[in-house]
Amino acid sequence: MIAIVDYQAGNLTSVKKAFDHLGVEAVITSAPVTIARASKVVLPGVGNFEATTALSGALQEAVVNAIDRKVPLLGICLGMQWMFDSSREAPQLRGLGLFSGECEKFHASVKSPHVGWNQLQVDASSRLLRGLPQDSFVYFTHSYRAPVVEATVGRCEYGGLFSAVVERGELFGVQFHPEKSGSAGLHLLRNFCEL
Amino acid sequence: MLTKRIIACLDVDAGRVVKGVQFSDLRDAGDPAELALTHGRAGADEVVLLDISATYENRSTLLDVVRRTARQLFIPFTVGGGIRSLDDAAAVFDAGADKVAVNSAALADPALIGRIAHRYGSQAVIVAIDALRIGNGNGRSFGVKATGGRHITGRDAVAWAAEAEQCGAGEILLTSIDRDGMRDGFDCELTRAVVSAVNIPVIASGGAGAAGHFIEVFREGHADAALAASIFHLGITPIGELKQELQVAGIPMRWPC
Repeated sequence: MIAIVDYQAGNLTSVKKAFDHLGVEAVITSAPVTIARASKVVLPGVGNFEATTALSGALQEAVVNAIDRKVPLLGICLGMQWMFDSSREAPQLRGLGLFSGECEKFHASVKSPHVGWNQLQVDASSRLLRGLPQDSFVYFTHSYRAPVVEATVGRCEYGGLFSAVVERGELFGVQFHPEKSGSAGLHLLRNFCEL
Repeated sequence: MLTKRIIACLDVDAGRVVKGVQFSDLRDAGDPAELALTHGRAGADEVVLLDISATYENRSTLLDVVRRTARQLFIPFTVGGGIRSLDDAAAVFDAGADKVAVNSAALADPALIGRIAHRYGSQAVIVAIDALRIGNGNGRSFGVKATGGRHITGRDAVAWAAEAEQCGAGEILLTSIDRDGMRDGFDCELTRAVVSAVNIPVIASGGAGAAGHFIEVFREGHADAALAASIFHLGITPIGELKQELQVAGIPMRWPC
């Protein structure tokens, strides 16, 4: 069972619907006990980095415990940014620090937020992106972006390169919305389910 | 490269897709869920479902049409029409929408935009503006109509778009009432005026008839996305062919997809 962590940061129906479509059992939950039983954990989320304050206490502990148990974790959009050290959007807060670096605003030369379909520069070594063609189109909607780091396995160009996909061991993060990225997104989610 | 988006719009009345000319003379164009899926497979970058009679007849959005349509659609899906409160928006999100479009209710109470954005994020709130030309030459301006083009408001479309952004809108869906259903081109002047007044994406709507119209609205209107309805439903311009033609013209497109 996949636990989709609900911390009141946006609408999770679409994420659940994508797993339903793939025939994989997924539950939307904010109960630490459910997360403790999950074989995989998804951290979705949209909106301001401040929304991650809801991921404190028992809920954060449940996620960290899952990581310690080597349960595959997929952060989507804000969920991925929370896996980094911090974000300029709410500098007083700390992320999980699973990936090093700080999320920043886009360069002033491009319109922000970055909304729409953009292309992925795919690293062939990625397990999450296995079988996904180079320059696949995926759907983004965000105002802050994570830097390119050692764990970056998918880059995207928009006012400079940023991390669209990060991966290390059983930790995965995607800045775009696989549940809204047509067949490319479903392909990625299927890869995650099959880990 | 970030592409320009081609959006298929389903105007829904009593559970069926309809198409009119200048917001009236409605004709049946099919089942919303089937059409949404067809358009998605054909290459549409997003689907918008507008319950065009919801506000006027004072009934809530057709949630099971939304649910049925959302079930198979894995591209962004926007629902508008009859969304008057945060609760209305929540019901539509629960039924599977990714974004809501608010129009008349936001004109009456602009703070509604912020209430929905606070809960679901700005990216989930589109402010739809039905604009029309007023006057000629130097005296030209763009007015705003409410309740499906039935009532003129005192607002200026460009100023309202800027205010909507300040209130928390993530995108503007800008429809030219003058061009709606005419298939003689988008209102590029209106589109450009709004694009230069805001920093969020602007979706141009009203007047799509041929590939050349899309090229114009992207190049001259500076639109981020363009929306059309009847030319897709009636098969006048297949989405795939349209996207290939735009790509050849140098407009970045998600194709093949």
